[in-house]
Amino acid sequence: MIIKSLDPRITRAGLDDESKDGIQQPMDQWFTYEVFQQKKRGTHHVHVGSLHAPDSELAILFAKEQYARRGQCVNLWVVKTADVFATEYEDEDIFATTPEKKYREPEVYKVMDRIQAYKAKQNS
Amino acid sequence: MELTERHVEGLKELLYKMADDLLILGHRNSEWTGLGPVLEEDIAFSSMAQDKLGQSLALFELLHELGENVPDIVAFTRNDNQFHNCHLVEMPIGEYDFSLARHFFFDHADAIRFAMLENSSFEGLSMISRKFRGEIKYHTMHADVWMKQLSQGTEESKARMQSAINATFPLALGIFEEGGYEAELKEAGIFEGETALKNQWLEKVTTELQKHGYTLPGINDVTPALGGRKGFHTEHLQPLLNEMSEVFQIDPGADW
Repeated sequence: MIIKSLDPRITRAGLDDESKDGIQQPMDQWFTYEVFQQKKRGTHHVHVGSLHAPDSELAILFAKEQYARRGQCVNLWVVKTADVFATEYEDEDIFATTPEKKYREPEVYKVMDRIQAYKAKQNS
Repeated sequence: MELTERHVEGLKELLYKMADDLLILGHRNSEWTGLGPVLEEDIAFSSMAQDKLGQSLALFELLHELGENVPDIVAFTRNDNQFHNCHLVEMPIGEYDFSLARHFFFDHADAIRFAMLENSSFEGLSMISRKFRGEIKYHTMHADVWMKQLSQGTEESKARMQSAINATFPLALGIFEEGGYEAELKEAGIFEGETALKNQWLEKVTTELQKHGYTLPGINDVTPALGGRKGFHTEHLQPLLNEMSEVFQIDPGADW
């Protein structure tokens, strides 16, 4: 039986619904790349997702349309997923006490500066 | 300089052929949507097809300012003999090798044409040429990278690309079919002309193809596919127009 579809392109192709020709094997030659987008010069590149590509040149081309075709972008990075080294989730406890160490957060000092400045202004 | 009636006719002829090329190729390339070789390429190719429709709309709007009907009417209610696109853009999508060769040849011509028009004395045209510069640059980057990739793939990929180049070249030469007002357009500083464009294009595509070990057929050994600019088309255009305007024709007065 030839596949009949509402999409005229499918009907035109005259595909046999019994045929297995169209079934793709898993991609065994293409890599995954991680994509990082910079929205404005001077800001950090931010991870926005991943894609399949055979090399970095095509990965950049694909990244432009997949992740930067809407909204602002000034620069893109792609990194082969295999080249990203990551911590293990089983070692997550190395971060356990970090939230308690508020004195390491620069925001604290910023606020203090503003309080000191306000006090100085009141006293003058 | 003061534009005469012939200058304006020449300008309209130029705008119509550019707009029609982009409308028809945009529609053709969108036929790959959902059927592209891989998801990422499908997205990129579809997005570029949309860009082409956007570019054609900008040109139809310029025509409207010159007194032609509104873009939707012009795009969806003409028959094939009223279209001025070249044969290259109306051919069915074929296999992906043909669609890539067409993309390569057409988009390099388009990039050079718009670059020439950045200096056009017709301000509307120079403005949109500058606006679309980056968009078109990506299109040629995309085409060039695929040419390179397939030249370095397998023996089959290179041979198929070479044979697609050979088959597409005579069609591509149809892009540069001269119009009836070449001298007037040049005189008024609107456009330097198809011959100047063709020479720049030949140099560009020859260099690009040689880089990757492809060859271009001799320009005197092939017969350019002419006639499209004058309304003579292959049997492939009218069915495309019927399909493209199907929804519009159900209710031409509908308010979208």
